[in-house]
Amino acid sequence: MASLIHQYGPVWGVWLGVGQILLVMITLLLSLAFLLLFDRKVWAAVMLRKGPNVVGPFGLLQSFADFFKFVFKEIIVPAGANKTVFILAPWLTFTLAFAAWAVVPLAPGWVVSDINVGILYLFAISSLGVYGIIMGGWASNSKYPFLGALRSAAQMVSYEVSIGFVIITVLLLAGTLNLTEIVDNQRAGIWAWHAFAWPTIVIMLPMFVIFFVSALAETNRPPFDLPEAESELVAGYQVEYSSTPYLLFMIGEYLAITLMCAMMNILFLGGWHLPGGPVDNPFLGFLVFYAKLWVMFFLFAMVKALVPRYRYDQLMRLGWKIFLPTSLVAVVAVAAYVTFAAPQAGAGL
Amino acid sequence: MIAAIAFYALAAIAILSAFCVIAARNPVHSVLFLILTFFSAAGLFVLLGAEFLAMLLVVVYVGAVAVLFLFVVMMLDVDFAELKSGFLSYLPLGALVALAMFAELGLVSSAAVQAGQGRAAIPLSDVDPGVTNAEAIGRVLYTDYLVVFQLAGMVLFLAMIGAIVLTLRERPGVRRQDVSAQVGRRRSEGVELKDVKPGQGLGVEG
Repeated sequence: MASLIHQYGPVWGVWLGVGQILLVMITLLLSLAFLLLFDRKVWAAVMLRKGPNVVGPFGLLQSFADFFKFVFKEIIVPAGANKTVFILAPWLTFTLAFAAWAVVPLAPGWVVSDINVGILYLFAISSLGVYGIIMGGWASNSKYPFLGALRSAAQMVSYEVSIGFVIITVLLLAGTLNLTEIVDNQRAGIWAWHAFAWPTIVIMLPMFVIFFVSALAETNRPPFDLPEAESELVAGYQVEYSSTPYLLFMIGEYLAITLMCAMMNILFLGGWHLPGGPVDNPFLGFLVFYAKLWVMFFLFAMVKALVPRYRYDQLMRLGWKIFLPTSLVAVVAVAAYVTFAAPQAGAGL
Repeated sequence: MIAAIAFYALAAIAILSAFCVIAARNPVHSVLFLILTFFSAAGLFVLLGAEFLAMLLVVVYVGAVAVLFLFVVMMLDVDFAELKSGFLSYLPLGALVALAMFAELGLVSSAAVQAGQGRAAIPLSDVDPGVTNAEAIGRVLYTDYLVVFQLAGMVLFLAMIGAIVLTLRERPGVRRQDVSAQVGRRRSEGVELKDVKPGQGLGVEG
């Protein structure tokens, strides 16, 4: 936005900035409607069902029908609930999920705010996501939501640590905290993408897998959906929520998943660059980025359909005893590689 | 102009929420206000051009420390009404201590300003436009203050191990979970098929 203000003056610059933000939000919400449907369709296909197919052709308008159904229902606040916190929690989840997208570059030059600490900002905002869940679970003043919130808090804090270390390995390779520069560090094609670049592929491909699994845990997706495990906790922290507040939780959750897909895209899979070589046209770049986003989301959907739920102690063991030491060793190894063996030791430094 | 408005808004929110931390009756609300205070402080850092510090403040304090605070406050069933019952009788003494501290702080800071040591914070971009925040902090930490920085890390590491040693108790006769045994279990060890005769059942295993 600062560059817009410099270019078009304070009044028009601010309006253009607001327009940009609205454009990103509307694109995200529309994409989300179809991603939700896609999620359900993939899930159904794996189970040999048809999935939603009534509203619109192939059920394409299902998400919009759901939206109106949620919005027109009555908002029910339980009598014993802490009303302010109860209403605040879904709003927080919703707002934070959008706030994170402010720094995500969608194509060459297409980013709302191109800040120098982009990746740290993303990490900070996604680590705040846990508050919506804890506040919602506590404010409901009911047993299952509270248990779900506690589980979720422990789980998200645990997996954040390994996500942080994986991000550090990428930062060491890219030599910058700026997301656009991280993507441009991988512009030479698929063998320059951080996940596949030789010889770091030995470490970075496993790191990509760790990031993917941690992202599943961080967003409370199956097989790590213990905070809302139906068989144990009914619906976890969401039990007491209905209508619009529930919808806000739902949108926040799916936006966080989409954000994780975008992060994997930017950090490991070359962002808007094609496997064959660099892309500098923003429109083509956006299409490539968007296509990769859907591919990553397809992986998320398939995991949900294929993998059975973890037990809670297994989840904690995986996070603290396997992922954390592995990623810690990887940070040391990548740092040693960058210092002693890399061709132009840390391109950006 | 916008920066000034943002500063006063953030500062006002920080002070108000800091006051609410001690004024709120519900301890969970106190922690939530504390988080708001951290967040506004991070905003002030951004205004100073120290975006790296701001993000670290959010990641470490808001994202990790405050979550654990909230966790503990929610789990513990502390009777805060009882804790606050002696409030009035301690009020004069507390006020005296607060007044003394305030006076000392005022004296020290005014003396520092008079001696020319008090300087306003300057954004890094004014000093050296080519260096990013993270880079500047990294250079200072890993060159000028390398030993102190590593020592601080060691102290934290020791504290962590100390906490584990103090709380870890080996009691004899406790059944422990053996993960490798759980994972290494085969179907043949866990399931046994029996041919049940109609009307007889299996009876109690001997």
